[in-house]
Amino acid sequence: MNAAAELPRLHITPPVQYVLRLADTCLIHAQRLAEWCGHGPVLEEDIALTNMALDLVGQARALLTLAGQMAAAPGGPAWDEDQLAFLRSEFQFFNLTLVEQPLRRSSAHAPGGDFADTVLRNFLVSSWLKQLWQALAASSTSMLADIAGKAVKEARYQQRHNADWVVRLGDGNEESARRMAAALLRAWPFVAEMFAHDGVDDAAVAQGLGPARQSLRAACMDEVGPVLAAAGLQAPADSPFVSTGTLGRHSEHMGFILAEMQSVQRQFPGGRW
Amino acid sequence: MSETSVQDQTPLQGRPTSATAAPEWPLWEVFVRAKAGLDHKHCGSLHAADAPMAVQLAREVYTRRQEGTSVWVVRSSDITASDPGDKAMYFDPMEDKVYRHPTFYELPEAVNHM
Repeated sequence: MNAAAELPRLHITPPVQYVLRLADTCLIHAQRLAEWCGHGPVLEEDIALTNMALDLVGQARALLTLAGQMAAAPGGPAWDEDQLAFLRSEFQFFNLTLVEQPLRRSSAHAPGGDFADTVLRNFLVSSWLKQLWQALAASSTSMLADIAGKAVKEARYQQRHNADWVVRLGDGNEESARRMAAALLRAWPFVAEMFAHDGVDDAAVAQGLGPARQSLRAACMDEVGPVLAAAGLQAPADSPFVSTGTLGRHSEHMGFILAEMQSVQRQFPGGRW
Repeated sequence: MSETSVQDQTPLQGRPTSATAAPEWPLWEVFVRAKAGLDHKHCGSLHAADAPMAVQLAREVYTRRQEGTSVWVVRSSDITASDPGDKAMYFDPMEDKVYRHPTFYELPEAVNHM
């Protein structure tokens, strides 16, 4: 049996893409965090990282279910959460490029395995998600508002937990401060995409689905700035570069993470456990 | 290839490489209250650098399955305990003093639910 062969065509309208941007950011971020499972710097934080990954998986599941329903023709068959997670191709994923960058494993751009990258990314993403969930609580789509109402508490905790680490390490000793500064340099080029603006944002605003990313910037930076300052970190100057994961054009790391994440469903289509 | 295989060749940075390199964080005892009105109950211990971190990690480690609504942490070294060697002297004399249990009183009907 090949479940994929029976799937309807996936119509990614701008509102669907808007929801997938958020769903895929949660999903891919969770997958990267899950790579720490069993490898955390200390047992307690290992469990904390896995808890955070599971929060994000829960958010992604609800959002993917919603996106599948939105993408279906009225009364027609819909893609479910598993099909959307495991059977889409790279160009059909719309996550922030930041979250697909390697964390625990090394790459050409980062040594890998540096806890500084992990806490900083967690802090940036949870700060962004918190603003987004807060705004989405007023969404015209009640299911999205419900998801946001639950998720905002998770984002709020993750932001606090990771802000705490950013300050501890940034304001720690010489070695930890050097590593946090290096992590910030690596992450910062991808921050612009969090607040970029395009037609998908316009479509979401027009139908009351959710806010434009641009509108989150001030509130988000009001919270990120003081934490970086307390950590003794200086955000690098903005550059014209804007990454394009939210458009479906990904960095070279995306194919690898999807290959691993999707391998079981690809090998045993429709398989369950 | 930009990403290494599942089996990383290099040791991870910032990660203890052996048991002896484990962080020297102090030990904390964790008390969790299941719901309002109940006592905080001791449920285990963990390592953390300071009290705020201990509270956060207690939340992560001991309340994952909705076990709690409130968490206390206490430095293990701040707890003064009785000496196990004193056990006989401290506790055995109570063995034959059943009259200290309030089981010899007839309760009036009105307080039936004590």
